[in-house]
Amino acid sequence: TNSFSEQTLWMLAVRDQRDRAAFGLLFDHFAPRLKGVICRSGISQGQAEDIVQDVMLTVWRKAHLFDPQRAQVSSWIYQIARNRQIDVIRKERRPVPEELKQPEEVQEDAAQIVALEQETSRLREALKRLKPAQREMVEKAYLGELSHSDIRAETGLPLGTIKSRIRLGLERLRHELKGTETS
Amino acid sequence: MSSITHHIPDELLIAYASGSLEQAFSLVLAAHISMCDECRARLGAHEAVGGAMLENACGTEAGMAVSADLKARLLDALDDPVEPAPPAYHRSGVFPGPVMEALGGLPPKWKPLGMGVRQSILSHGKGGSVRLLYIPSGQAVPDHGHNGLELTLVLQGAFHDETGRFGVGDVEIAGSDLEHTPVAEEGAACICLAATDAALRFRSFIPRLLQPVFRI
Ligand SMILES: [Zn+2]
Ligand SMILES: [Zn+2]
Repeated sequence: TNSFSEQTLWMLAVRDQRDRAAFGLLFDHFAPRLKGVICRSGISQGQAEDIVQDVMLTVWRKAHLFDPQRAQVSSWIYQIARNRQIDVIRKERRPVPEELKQPEEVQEDAAQIVALEQETSRLREALKRLKPAQREMVEKAYLGELSHSDIRAETGLPLGTIKSRIRLGLERLRHELKGTETS
Repeated sequence: MSSITHHIPDELLIAYASGSLEQAFSLVLAAHISMCDECRARLGAHEAVGGAMLENACGTEAGMAVSADLKARLLDALDDPVEPAPPAYHRSGVFPGPVMEALGGLPPKWKPLGMGVRQSILSHGKGGSVRLLYIPSGQAVPDHGHNGLELTLVLQGAFHDETGRFGVGDVEIAGSDLEHTPVAEEGAACICLAATDAALRFRSFIPRLLQPVFRI
């Protein structure tokens, strides 16, 4: 198919129209998933729900930073959730890379967004096809249950094409930025 | 920027993405990614895996129903006054945004280490230590080994050691098996951001005596 996923459409409605109904749908979709993933780190259900609430509030408040050419809604929310968990559990603020300035008026490239979505669904399917033991290792690594010396980078997941898609999105953004700086 | 040849390996990017990387190393990664689109895109790919796991979490034991009133409470909170966001730090001179944040927006306070080498400690604690190093051109950092992992990001100038040459944006990853003597190249002084999770082992006698004093 050549259209955006529901999640992307909801997120764009939140970002561009501050659409509360769409935000409610995002909540219905992500809150149980977030809670399940957060509870894996041995956090109480109550505290996990506090984190879910903080994460979703951040989604609402930082919606203007969402760029579907560089990240899917799910990976953007994953990042926010990891930051919040570090904040709550370790009482630390994870150093984050400098945010790339968004130009005021961007013409988003729908084809680029769709291509990134397609790569991401291929990735999800690949994750499902992993052997249980391998999938368990991948989940542990990405949920922070392994130390960096225990993580082996070969996951058998198709990351190269996603990387090139994200890279294209970055190049486009840099290009747009140059345009706004000279005009 | 495109001249960066030494990047961040995947296992460190994954540890960073998942939040399990020590604070000191996280600062080096955040600084490198601020300078390197290649690693920014690779980090994005790893975050896509995290996102895909989140998406897949339903339908398994991993998805969990939330309390009935959580959504209503959240929707009510959307209009709450927002605490002012902490200031966003941007690159200043050779220091990328995350380093400026660690410096609290102020220039580094350099302390002499001898032979023209200077350091400015950004943090020192159980999450490892991270510092800025200033090495005059042609000067060597005393020969040393590592008890753990050391990440060194070049912010200005260049250095070389037994393993190769490192210019602006390059990251050297040194494990406990590496014993090296980094030497700053001719030209501008070399300024690096260096993080370790354990004390360095100096071969010569004097630096070892001074180690507790300088916290290196
Ligand atoms: Zn890189
Ligand atoms: Zn070293």
